[in-house]
Amino acid sequence: MSADLQNKAEHAVRIAQAAGASDAVASISQSRDVTFEYRDGALEKVKDTTSQGLAIQVYAAGRYSSHQTTDLNAERMKSFVAEAVAITKALEPDEFREITPPELFEGRAEIDLDLVDPSVAEISREQRLAWCEAIDAVATDHEKVVSATAGVYDGSQKSATVSSNGFTGSEESTYCWYGSSITLMDQGDKRAEDGFYVGGPHIETLPEATLVASTALERVLSRLNSEKGPTVKTSMVVDSRAAASLIGRLLGPASARRVQQGQSYWADLVGEQAFSDKLTIIDDPLIKRGFGSRLYDSEGIAAKVLPIVENGVVRNLYVDTYYGRKAGLEPTTGTSSNRRIQTGDQSLEQLLSAVGEGVYVTSWLGGNADSTTGDFSLGIRGHMIDNGEIGRPVGEMNVTGNLRDLFGQLEMVGNDVYPYSSTLSPSLVFADVDFSGA
Amino acid sequence: MTIKRRDFLRSVAAGSAIVTMPGFLSGCGIQTATALSSATPENPFMDWFGVDQATTARVMSELTSRGADTADLYFQHSRSNRLTLEDGIVSNANSGIEQGVGLRVVIGEQTGYAFTEDLTLPSMLAAARTASAIASGSQVVAPQQFNPQAMGDLYTTAVPWAAVGVDQKLPVMKFIEQTAKSRDPAIEKVAVYWGDADERVMIATLDGKLVTDHRPMARVTVVVTAKKGDETQTGYSNIAAREEFSWFTEERLSTMVDEAVDRTMIQFEARRPPAGEMPVILASGASGILLHEAIGHGMEADFNRKGTSIYSDMIGKKVAEPFVTVVDQADIPRERGALNYDDEGNKAGRTVMVENGILKSYLHDQISAKQYGLKATGSGRRESYQYAPMPRMSCTFMEDGPHTKDEIIAAVDHGIICETYTNGQVQIGAGDYTFYVKNGWLVEGGKVTAPIKDVNIIGNGPESLKRITMVANDARLDTGGWTCGKNGQSVPVSQGIPTVLVSNMTVGGENVS
Repeated sequence: MSADLQNKAEHAVRIAQAAGASDAVASISQSRDVTFEYRDGALEKVKDTTSQGLAIQVYAAGRYSSHQTTDLNAERMKSFVAEAVAITKALEPDEFREITPPELFEGRAEIDLDLVDPSVAEISREQRLAWCEAIDAVATDHEKVVSATAGVYDGSQKSATVSSNGFTGSEESTYCWYGSSITLMDQGDKRAEDGFYVGGPHIETLPEATLVASTALERVLSRLNSEKGPTVKTSMVVDSRAAASLIGRLLGPASARRVQQGQSYWADLVGEQAFSDKLTIIDDPLIKRGFGSRLYDSEGIAAKVLPIVENGVVRNLYVDTYYGRKAGLEPTTGTSSNRRIQTGDQSLEQLLSAVGEGVYVTSWLGGNADSTTGDFSLGIRGHMIDNGEIGRPVGEMNVTGNLRDLFGQLEMVGNDVYPYSSTLSPSLVFADVDFSGA
Repeated sequence: MTIKRRDFLRSVAAGSAIVTMPGFLSGCGIQTATALSSATPENPFMDWFGVDQATTARVMSELTSRGADTADLYFQHSRSNRLTLEDGIVSNANSGIEQGVGLRVVIGEQTGYAFTEDLTLPSMLAAARTASAIASGSQVVAPQQFNPQAMGDLYTTAVPWAAVGVDQKLPVMKFIEQTAKSRDPAIEKVAVYWGDADERVMIATLDGKLVTDHRPMARVTVVVTAKKGDETQTGYSNIAAREEFSWFTEERLSTMVDEAVDRTMIQFEARRPPAGEMPVILASGASGILLHEAIGHGMEADFNRKGTSIYSDMIGKKVAEPFVTVVDQADIPRERGALNYDDEGNKAGRTVMVENGILKSYLHDQISAKQYGLKATGSGRRESYQYAPMPRMSCTFMEDGPHTKDEIIAAVDHGIICETYTNGQVQIGAGDYTFYVKNGWLVEGGKVTAPIKDVNIIGNGPESLKRITMVANDARLDTGGWTCGKNGQSVPVSQGIPTVLVSNMTVGGENVS
C-alpha cells in the first residue's frame, strides 16, 4: 500500500516538473477514522470515514508555493498541479526559497518508532460498544449526573513523501482513544463538567475503560460547589495535564519564523540563562510510541534529539530552512515533535505539601499571550491549597504575568508526567504569581 | 435594529491623540466559500459535482435502507487561496481544494455519518451503507427526484475569486504594506496575509429538497511590528466578509491599516490594570464576543436538549434588564457569518435569543427542533463535508439600548473599557466564560485615562447578563474575521454590540499586594 502512495507522490512530482517546476515535494496521505459516542445509555453517534489527500510544494524560477487537494482524480490532479506551478510563477522571486538541501535528509535514525498497532484495524463494533457501555456504567447511576458521554475514537493514517532532489519517506501510525465527558448538577442552574480521555498508538497500553471513566467522574465531583477564589499574589502549582498546555504557550514563539519576523520574546535568548535552572526541555522525536514521534520532519530533515532549554539556559530554537536562511541560523527543525520536560523527584502531594498555601491549577479557560513580549493572562480552574493539601474548588479567576518571568520563578518540578500528550510535562510549581478573583 | 456595520467609532482618550479601534482576529480557521456564477446551475448535480440526479437518489435510498427520521447528502467543493507578504515581497502562496460528500442518517437523537472524497457511485454507496448502520429498522421512502429551492442572494458576486489572479492581489498587498510603513518611523516590519475562497454546496434531503449555495469569503490581515529602543511591540487588524475583490477599496484598507498601527503604537504606553473585580465597559463592535461566549454557546440547543447548559431550564425567564435584546441572525448581507441556507438545507434567518430581558429561543438544528417540537431555526452548521452539522451561531449581536456611550463612561468611577480582542472561551455547564482583551483603557472618575493591554477577563454568563446595567445606542457589527470552534469544527461567524456596561467582572491584572 505504501508503495502505491509513493508511486502517486512520484507521479505528482513528475507532473509538476513537466509543468515547469524546478523542484517539487509531494505527499500522498490516507486515513481512516472511526468515532463511537454513547450517551446516557444509548449509542448516539457513529462516524466511519476514510480520507485521502495530496500536498505538494512547488519551486519554480526562484519562487515557492504549497498546495493541497482531496480530489485525486487523475485528470483533475494534473490540472491542479499545473495551476500550482502557474501560481508559483506569478509570485515574486525570493532568494531564500530553496528546496531542503539533501544533506539535511541524511542521518535518519534507523529505528522502529512502534507507532502501528495492527489490532487497531481489527477493532470491532462490539468492542467499541463494550468500551462505551463500560464507561457509561460508571457515571450513569450517579445521583447528580445530568448527562455523560462515552467516546471511542480510533483510526490510522499513512503517507508517503517524495522530493525531486532525492527524498523519500513513508509514515504510518494508528491511534485509539477512549474516555468520558460528564456533567453533574451543581448549585442553582450551574452544572459541573469535566472529562478524562486516554489514548495512544497501542491499545494494550491503555488503562481499563472503567478506570478512565472513574477518573473522569472524580474530576467532575471535585468541581462541585466551585467558587471564585481571592485576588492574591501566591504560589501556583500547575498539574501535569495543565502544565503541558502552559509549556506549549512558553514555546510558541521559540521559532526562527517568529524571531525573524520580530514577534518573539525568544530573540537573543540562545545561550542566555533565560529561565529558572529547574527548567529543562528536550525536543525528542525518537521516543517509541510517542505522540509526536517521527523519523523526519515536514521539510524532510532527519529527526534528531534537540535540547531547547537546559537548566534554564536556552540552547536551540525551532529553525526551519527558510526562516533560518533569512535569520542567519542553522536549521534544526521548524516544528516540534515530543517535548520532554525534565522531571524532579517529588510527587504532586509532596509539591503541594512543600508549597503549603497557594492555588492548584487543574485546567485553563481561555486567555492568551503576546508572543512578542511574553505578556500573558489566562483563566483558570483549580483548588486552593490549604496547609499543603488540596482545598476547596475555585474558578472564575485569572492568572496574569509574563511567560519569561513566570518560568524564571519556576521553583519545583514533580515526578508525575502526564502521558497522553506530545508534551511530556510533570506538575510545575511557580512562586509569586498574580491571581485575580473576588 | 440598524447595524452601522462599517461605521467605525473613534474613542479618543483624554490627554492622548492615540486612537484604537475594535476589531480583531482569532487563529486561522478553515477558509471556505465561493461563487462561480450567481445563477442557479441548470443541473447542479452534473455541473458542480459530476453526479446525476438518479445516482443521488440511489445513494439516498441506500442511506435510508435501515430507516431514518431525516437524512441528507452534503456535497461540497471549495477552493481557497492564500498569499503571504513578509519583508516586502509576496513570496508564498497556498491553494487548496476540498471536495467530497457527507452522508448523514438521523434516528431520534442517533446519528450515523460517513463521507467520501470519491464521488463515484460505488464509493458513495459504500459510505451510505456505513452511515446507515446506526439504524436497525426498514427502508423508508426515499425521493426519486429533488426539488431545487430558490438560491439566496445574500452574497452574490459579479466576479468569482477563481477569476482573480495573483497579479491582481499582489498590488493590493503592497499597498497595505506601504501604507502601514508610512504611518510611523518606528515600524520595522509589516506582514500581510491574504485569504479568499469560493465554495459551492449542494444539499439533497430525505424530504426531497435540493439546496444550492455559493459561499464566497475573503479575509485580509495586516501585522505590524514596531521598535522603540529595546522594546518591540506587535499589533494587527483584519477585515473579512463574504465579498469579492472590489470590496477591498483603498479607503477600507487604509482604515484597517490605521487600526493595526494604532493598536501597535499604543502598546508602548499601555500597562496592565490592577487585578480583581471592577466595572467593565465593552466598546461597540468586537465586544460582541461577550454575547458569543456568555450566552450564545449556552443557547445552542444540542447542549440544552442534553441538559448540559446552564441555560437549560431558563426559557421564558427574566435573565437581563428590559433594555437587553440579543439576536442571532444569518440573513445579514455579506457578513462573514451570513448564510442563505444552513448546512441541513433549512432557510437561515433571525432568532431572538433574549427579548427585552426575557430568554426566548435556543438555536436549533433539526435534531433539537424535533425533540422540542419546534421549527428548526436554521442553525445547523458544519465545517465541511467531513462533519455532521450541529447548532451554531451566525451573526450574534445586541440591539441598541436607551443610553449613550458618554453616559456609560461618566457612570464609571474606577474600571476599564475593552476595545479589541483575540479570543474567548466558555464552559457550557458552569457558565464561566472568558475573553482576552488586547487593547483597552482605564476609566477613572468617569473619564478615560490610560491605555491598558493583555488582560483576560472572566465572568459567569447568567450573572453577567444580569449585570448589564447600561446599553448605548451605537450598535454595530465587527468586520473582523472571527472563527468559532466547537467540538473540533470551525465555522466563520460575526458578532456585534453597542457600548455596554457590565457592573462587575473579574479582570486579570497586576499590582497585587
